[in-house]
Amino acid sequence: MIDWAQFTPWRSLLGGTLIGAAAASLLLLNGRIAGISGIVGGLLRPAHGDVAWRAAFVAGLVFAPAAYGLITRLPATTIEAGYPILLLAGLLVGAGTRFGSGCTSGHGVCGIARLSPRSLVATAAFMAAGFVTVYVVRHLLA
Amino acid sequence: MHVLSAFLTGLLFGLGLIVSGMTDPSKVIGFLDLAGAWDPSLAFVMGGAVAVGLIASRYARRRTAAFLGGAMHIPAGRDIDRRLVFGSLAFGIGWGLAGFCPGPALVSFGAGNDKAAVFFIAMLAGMAMYEFAESRLRSARPPQDDR
Repeated sequence: MIDWAQFTPWRSLLGGTLIGAAAASLLLLNGRIAGISGIVGGLLRPAHGDVAWRAAFVAGLVFAPAAYGLITRLPATTIEAGYPILLLAGLLVGAGTRFGSGCTSGHGVCGIARLSPRSLVATAAFMAAGFVTVYVVRHLLA
Repeated sequence: MHVLSAFLTGLLFGLGLIVSGMTDPSKVIGFLDLAGAWDPSLAFVMGGAVAVGLIASRYARRRTAAFLGGAMHIPAGRDIDRRLVFGSLAFGIGWGLAGFCPGPALVSFGAGNDKAAVFFIAMLAGMAMYEFAESRLRSARPPQDDR
């Protein structure tokens, strides 16, 4: 059943296009894949000449809410998970994306756009795990 | 110039995440909740981003250097191994539990959200665990490509 009240196809398509434009710019200007987990993870393994661009990209992401706030009010967000679940989830996301060589951006956007078989498999795996996890939490445990 | 363009593309990426709805974990979980009141919006995020990315990737493939200079760092790995599959499954479980993936977590951290900060610190700890495990294995296997 589709939740029409929450459905925002145009906003989401516009946001996706901006994300794609950012990934395209980083690829063509800097020759780098806009994979957030890889960019952040690389900062934990600092190599000479490889830190500044990563830190600058991360700073851009962190500064985005302030920039958005200059134009209009930030959309409301709801985080249902409590602190213990957030800790567990953060560990899983951090370790999982690094062992799996990518996340929603690196595999799900950039990798799929390159038609990379590795990224297609990774995206299928994390989407399936996400669907099953939400099913278990919302419909079996609740 | 590499640093300025990285900052501006990071900023644009973050604005895209905010506009798209990806920075709202309840919306992300609404997308992953196929059996409940399903919100398919986030499929449109991926559709829009991949459509632009397809064009850029085709163009990038013909280039040997980036516009601002330097090599094109495009992952070339083709092995579908256990690390890729089990790592991605673990990521998906964490994504489903919290509704955060790395990009939106960073943006929400930047918005000053306490819960996002906790998730972000735990995520860094998870990445550090990988670095620790990897440093023990690195001598025995070839490096993996990063995204």
